[in-house]
Amino acid sequence: METNQYLDLFLDESREHLQAINDYLLELENNPNELSLVHEIFRSAHTLKGMAATMGFEDIANLTHKMENVFDRVRNEELAATSQLLDILLNAVEALESMVDEISAGGDGQQDVSHLIEMLDKFDEKETSEKEDAEAEKSAEASVQMQLNEFERAVIDESKEQGYQALHIQVTLRKDCMLKAARVFMVFEVLEKLGEVIKSEPSVEKLEEENFDQQFSLVFITKVNQEEIQKKIMKVSEVEKVDVSILKISNEIVPVQNVELAAAQEKKQTQRNAQTKLSGQSSKTIRVNIERLDQLMNLFEELVIDRGRLEEISKELRVKELSETVEKMSRISSDLQNIILTMRMMPIEQVFNRFPRMVRSLAKELNKRVNFEIIGAETELDRTVIDEIGDPLVHLIRNSLDHGIEAPGVREQMGKDPVGSVTLKAYQSGNHVFIEIEDDGAGINVEKVLKKAIENEVVNEHEAENFSDEEIFQLIFSSGFSTAETVSDVSGRGVGLDVVKTKIESLGGTVFVESERGKGSRFIIQLPLTLSIISALLVEIGQEKYAIPLSSIIETAIITEKDMFHAHDQKVIDFRGKVVPLVFLNELFEVPNSEQPDEYYSIVIVKKGEKMAALVVEEFIGQQEIVLKSLGNYLTNVFAISGATILGDGQVALIIDCNALIK
Amino acid sequence: MSEKNQAIKAVIFQLNDEEYGVDVQQVQSIERLLHITRVPKMPDFVKGVINLRGVVTPIIDLKERFSIEMTEYTNSTRIIIVQVEDKEVGLIVDAANDVIDIPADKIEQPPEVVGRIESDYIRGVAKLDERLLILLNLNKVLNAEELIAIANIEA
Repeated sequence: METNQYLDLFLDESREHLQAINDYLLELENNPNELSLVHEIFRSAHTLKGMAATMGFEDIANLTHKMENVFDRVRNEELAATSQLLDILLNAVEALESMVDEISAGGDGQQDVSHLIEMLDKFDEKETSEKEDAEAEKSAEASVQMQLNEFERAVIDESKEQGYQALHIQVTLRKDCMLKAARVFMVFEVLEKLGEVIKSEPSVEKLEEENFDQQFSLVFITKVNQEEIQKKIMKVSEVEKVDVSILKISNEIVPVQNVELAAAQEKKQTQRNAQTKLSGQSSKTIRVNIERLDQLMNLFEELVIDRGRLEEISKELRVKELSETVEKMSRISSDLQNIILTMRMMPIEQVFNRFPRMVRSLAKELNKRVNFEIIGAETELDRTVIDEIGDPLVHLIRNSLDHGIEAPGVREQMGKDPVGSVTLKAYQSGNHVFIEIEDDGAGINVEKVLKKAIENEVVNEHEAENFSDEEIFQLIFSSGFSTAETVSDVSGRGVGLDVVKTKIESLGGTVFVESERGKGSRFIIQLPLTLSIISALLVEIGQEKYAIPLSSIIETAIITEKDMFHAHDQKVIDFRGKVVPLVFLNELFEVPNSEQPDEYYSIVIVKKGEKMAALVVEEFIGQQEIVLKSLGNYLTNVFAISGATILGDGQVALIIDCNALIK
Repeated sequence: MSEKNQAIKAVIFQLNDEEYGVDVQQVQSIERLLHITRVPKMPDFVKGVINLRGVVTPIIDLKERFSIEMTEYTNSTRIIIVQVEDKEVGLIVDAANDVIDIPADKIEQPPEVVGRIESDYIRGVAKLDERLLILLNLNKVLNAEELIAIANIEA
């Protein structure tokens, strides 16, 4: 049982490492030659293996051990990171994730991984015979002339015009050289006095990391002659050989794309650097159980309630010292509230993280080519929202891939890039966080949607006539709706978007879609920053107080008996040309001692999607930020109540679930 | 130690003139009567919810739960906060003033009907000197499925 206390830590860290392996594998697929990625993966796999072995999870340890072997060979350039290999490795990561999940669910994390191990073993052996070939190829590559991009060529051309000459310098260090980076630095220092180094192979970063064998080449612009340069470099100790030749510029121009690629890689590099910086910072963070944060929040709420009482007392007593102290306390406690709330916020990254792999495998399954991009993964959301938002996003992304992006052939015919693009973007705006899923696919076919909606009796033909495109787009969120011609595994069960909408609304958010035929669609999800504190209108019915979330309120009004009409045994009002049913909350909630007003009725007009209802209350108390609390596990499925909150006087007020009141 | 010598620590409370006990392990705290917010469309015995140090806690009236004679709440009325599985619930009782050890061998199987409470809710009865204690089976008393069933009947 000794290891028990480390289990949580093990689970957290394993997940982190698996996520890291996952991310780097996907990146490796795009840059198969980026060995630094392999190093990262190797490191994570190694740590994971060690941890799993310590904790006694042998299957995890075995599998990671095999993965480690394979990574080791990739790292030593004995094995190429082919897509085939990556498939197996990603499968292995998936298996590891499921094992970790099982352990966290209380299982023993055992799983039959023999087939994966076998496949990894095969890779481990198979390539040995090809090793020599690869080596030969490698040396051939080394003799290939240095490739220059357009910028470098431009620099060289220009300097030639000014009487400089471009040299190709190849420096070989002695085999026993201890401080390669230092020697490189000294060589550079010598050269910089004589001219300008415009390119090095391997790159300067790699040279600094001693990430090369004995040899490196430079492109150097100078007016000094070759022998002198050679002599000066030879003065640096531990240099074995220096070849200086005039640079021959091949006619083969490296296409501009490569420049872009290089720029992109550079960007990635800086991003990665930023990440490493971040992970460096994370040593200053501690893990806290979410329950403790909840407790802290609860205690803080108690404090707020007592603060309210103190404020009242100080008002009554009118003692200067007391009121000053209370005021100061109020300020501090509102700062504290902000801090506690932000403590519960987490970057949405951990939800987004799993999508690249999903998109990759889905695209393969669908025979589509997709470029998936994530923007704004650092955007923060309340932990509770983070936990819930994953599934709706999976649905939407699947939807984009399945219904949005066309097959490569179709795309080419339409004059589009055969590789479709799907962008997942998160950003904060005001008190809301927006998540957008954009694709450059087919867009929504308005006629088809309308036809289907009429067929499935979501709307009738008469209604449909006056629909704007936006209204038609919203139809795809109705239940029992799917326009995909064939039902696939991916989506098209006709429940997807309906479920997405309900889920997002239950989180206090909204979802809508923009689309242009043939150009693509964009799903926009708007979520509140936090679920634990919402703005609400407090109302009174009889002696009871209720809270109505502002997010579902359109407006409040005071009406008289004359404004009410009867339709189908139901009292209704005319609200801006729409017939809105009245809901008498005192009757509905069976409120004791409530009086029906004689003349004026206070109503709150609430919405659920397009539908509305007018809730009749007795009195408006005012708008307030309230803390959402659950009613606990004993009272479940309370009619039309979504939760409770604690008011300033310490009493509990129930929060009305408007969605349940509108049919 | 033989089983016979083992004792159960129980919180003793009163409903009308009868004494009941619940396992002290299941009791979180004992509170004075607080303001209760009514929750609509609930069975009558669910009195509502209270603010228990920041946690919204449902309250049920045990006498109404067992359908025994109701009396007004008095100064000695208490709310016993109990935790059963993942449910935290407050029970309104007439008085709660004792914690005692009940030797296991003093606990007997409940007779068919004890104090007009169905035997399902009773874990056993214990006779100590002149006192008769009824030990409750809270898991049964707080069965949420039953709550839903009752709610459905009333609706």
